[in-house]
Amino acid sequence: MWEASALTITVFLPLLGAALITLIPKAREELAKPVALVVSLVAFALSLAVLAGYYLGPAGGEGLAYQLRVDWIPIIDASYHVAIDGISLPLFVLSFLLTFLCAVYTFHHLEAPGRPKAFLSLMLLLQTGMAGTFVAFDLVLFFVFWELVLVPMYFMIGIWGGPRREYAAVKFFLYTLFGSVFMLVAFIALYFAGPGTFDIVALQEAGAAGEFGLTFQRLAFLGIFLGLAVKVPMWPFHTWLPDAHTEAPTVGSVLLAGILLKMGTYGFVRIALPILPEAAVEYAPIIGALAVIAILYGALCCLAQTDLKRLIAFSSVGHMGFVMLGIATLTPVGVNAAIFGMIAHGIITGMLFFVVGSIKERYHTRAIADIGGGVLQTMPRMGAVLTFVAIASLGLPPLPGFWGEIVALYAAFNPAPALVDAGFLTFFRVLMVLGAIGTVLTAGYFLNMLQRVTLGTAPARWREAELRDISAIEWGAWSPLLVMTVALGVVPVLVFGITDPAVSAVLTALGVS
Amino acid sequence: MDVDQVTQIDFFALAPELAVLGASLLVLLIELFLHGPRKRFVNPIAVLGVLVAFGFVVALSVDGTERAAFGEMFVVDSYALAFKGFFLAVALFVLLTSYRYFSEIRTYQGEYYFLMLSAFLGMMLMTSARDLVMLFIALELVSIPGFVMAGLRKFDLRSNEGAMKFFLIGVLSASVLLFGLSIVYGFTGTTSLAGVAASLEGAEATPLLLAATLFVITGFGFKVSAVPFHFWAPDTYEGAPIPVAAFLSVASKAAGFAGLLQVTFVAFEPLADVWAPVLGVIAILTMTLGNLTALTQTQMVRLLSYSSVAHAGYLLVPFAVVQPGATALNADAFSAVLIYLFAYGAMNIGAFAVVTAVARRHPGRRITDYAGLGSRSPGLAVALTLFLVSLGGIPPLVGFIAKLAVFFVAVEAGTTLGIVLAAAVAINTVISLVYYLRIARVMWMEEATDPEPVRPGLALGFTVGGLTVVTVALFVLAPLLWGAADRAVLVAGG
Repeated sequence: MWEASALTITVFLPLLGAALITLIPKAREELAKPVALVVSLVAFALSLAVLAGYYLGPAGGEGLAYQLRVDWIPIIDASYHVAIDGISLPLFVLSFLLTFLCAVYTFHHLEAPGRPKAFLSLMLLLQTGMAGTFVAFDLVLFFVFWELVLVPMYFMIGIWGGPRREYAAVKFFLYTLFGSVFMLVAFIALYFAGPGTFDIVALQEAGAAGEFGLTFQRLAFLGIFLGLAVKVPMWPFHTWLPDAHTEAPTVGSVLLAGILLKMGTYGFVRIALPILPEAAVEYAPIIGALAVIAILYGALCCLAQTDLKRLIAFSSVGHMGFVMLGIATLTPVGVNAAIFGMIAHGIITGMLFFVVGSIKERYHTRAIADIGGGVLQTMPRMGAVLTFVAIASLGLPPLPGFWGEIVALYAAFNPAPALVDAGFLTFFRVLMVLGAIGTVLTAGYFLNMLQRVTLGTAPARWREAELRDISAIEWGAWSPLLVMTVALGVVPVLVFGITDPAVSAVLTALGVS
Repeated sequence: MDVDQVTQIDFFALAPELAVLGASLLVLLIELFLHGPRKRFVNPIAVLGVLVAFGFVVALSVDGTERAAFGEMFVVDSYALAFKGFFLAVALFVLLTSYRYFSEIRTYQGEYYFLMLSAFLGMMLMTSARDLVMLFIALELVSIPGFVMAGLRKFDLRSNEGAMKFFLIGVLSASVLLFGLSIVYGFTGTTSLAGVAASLEGAEATPLLLAATLFVITGFGFKVSAVPFHFWAPDTYEGAPIPVAAFLSVASKAAGFAGLLQVTFVAFEPLADVWAPVLGVIAILTMTLGNLTALTQTQMVRLLSYSSVAHAGYLLVPFAVVQPGATALNADAFSAVLIYLFAYGAMNIGAFAVVTAVARRHPGRRITDYAGLGSRSPGLAVALTLFLVSLGGIPPLVGFIAKLAVFFVAVEAGTTLGIVLAAAVAINTVISLVYYLRIARVMWMEEATDPEPVRPGLALGFTVGGLTVVTVALFVLAPLLWGAADRAVLVAGG
């Protein structure tokens, strides 16, 4: 019973919570916070139970578990098919963890105009969309969850965001939508070219059996690529990201960077590669090249930023570049590195956005020049946390940023045999070198940022302002992430151990690695 | 056909129509004896008539046998019943939307409800018509009350102008349609849809015949406000009473599509190679022009009217992929049109119902009037947001299912035209979200200029609430919608 319904209960519990919150009378609006906290905590606990059950239950840590397949629209064979495996598990759990921590954080601060009732119900609705994307095993269902995140995030940015919030919200929505409508068309094309179903498992089998012709694969891959690449975002589809991340409220930025971006990279691993393997081999060099451009371009943009939050936003472009480089190698090592990179980026950049949001809340500005350095003087603990997280993000061993990057680069040194046969060995090794240069630039801009923000003497007005250091609630929201940063860095097998069997299973079926 | 067949009338088959006809006459009569504010009580009578008719439709569906009257000119099959159920549901919500609006204007209530029910009678006849003459009569029965209702706000110059435009273009297109029908009759010697299809099978496509086909399509193109026959729509909608605008944009348009479905998928199916690409081009022009013009609108009803032009474009997409003899593909295309129409009906009437509620406080119907509606009347604002997002085709709302069905057939056709159409719908979806989201932004992200809440009242509140539930529920229950549409398919050779 639990086996079949676990994912459904876990995914839709937040939606139920959102409905519950809307029933709270307006006069007692503050009540929304504890309700959201309890709902997200229970949902997080359920996701942990799913994780534990994956190893202790009948699945024994391999293959698809918690399967449930119910016909939805039988005429087009679209079904409510949910399941989970090692690829989606870490992302699934992370989404619940971050939402829970965001619920904690709203006790500390919620941007103007307040209204916790509306904000938290949107946040829980968003959670259902995010978690659902990672467990959907039907293309139509996947698309529904994929789009479900758009509306709540649009309102979160548009109502609670910074000065240019309305522009950023619309840009986010339209960019993502533009990519995804083409993805939907490609999904339908898969239905007609393949076995006449939207079931991802069946389509993966068809893809491995070579049922799709090469010309068809190229076109379908292009459509799916458009949808996913905008979400990741890959250069040159990234321009919505700096605006959306910068203008979004803290919680919005954390969830955008922490989870929403991963939906794109996850789509490559779950859908694009397994179903269209031959096209994947053809597109891999292009994806690799775009990934490296993103790494270098993101780093250079970061160097030029004067806005602290925008700098973190651009750093995401670079980090997701490493993730895409790992995927482009089409090797188990590379894809494992990519998933590790997603988790590491989710934890670290989520944490960075928390800290930057808190700094902005104290200083009432995001401009590095206005902060004027010396955060270590004005708020020593905040400064220390920022320094630690920035160093984790720039990839210093043995913190998790390091593992994601170095393993991805290593994978680029030895790309999949199919790519080597196609004569792309040198090409990928060049990409590796360029990516390595990117890591140096990444270190450069983060150290530069730390120097301008945390070090130096704080301007007199900030020293006299008596800024409050990290509050108890903030410690509560952040310490799990800080602990995980250390834990994943020291014991990376915590994630690699989960993902490796599933990744190997998916890639061996393709026969490209 | 012998005399017996023609004179013997199956009254059960006609029961829904008779109920609506009876209600329409009753409304006209009773209003004479009511005075002042009591005149508003004709509305419940009309509602009752519609409910009775709906009951008959349900009874006929349960009964399940195909019936015919007037020698096969009038047929009751699953297609007709599905459409009749849809039209009666639309009628119910349009009447509920009208209740307070017309009781506050206090004029011509009996006439209005009579005209409205007559128009719906025309729609119901349309879906049962399997004959060109019957089809034409039904179409006129839909159109003529529409001309009058569009001009009911006599005191308003824009209403006069809108009704006049509507009338002139309506008459012109009706004559073009009739001209086309007469040529078709000349070629085939029959007015029955199936008979036309049979004699066109393998017939040489002479220029005159093709011209006749296009004349007929043009006649319906006006009804569904497809480009370039659309320019009456914004002016007419703007001038008309808002419930009438809702009627024109949903019911009257759906009637046009019902007629077009019967003519193209049944009678002209053998000539699909000629008219399908033409409709494809019209579809792309219609959706693109509708959406681009909607972008610049500052007036709510005009914006919704251009949006409804754009939706006519999406609705034409399945027509454009029809191929002679490809029964399976044509059946899917047919069911896509039905799915889209049913979904569009729910969300568009919902949007107009909210506009009616807001217009009571802000007669100017400007988009800026919606500023801060989210804090003034959260319920209405949530509902309108859902309707607009659904019109944009975003899940988890019924509009997504409709878009999915359209994409589905466009891709299924697998032709270049199909792919181009799919791409056009994809791009237009993005454009349309620009203006749908603009209204959402005004409602939720701008400060209210007028702090007073908007109170919709009971009938309108029920309409808005009910349609919100339908918009969400039909997404989850998509198989019901899809299955109903699939059973109601009516194609040549099917």
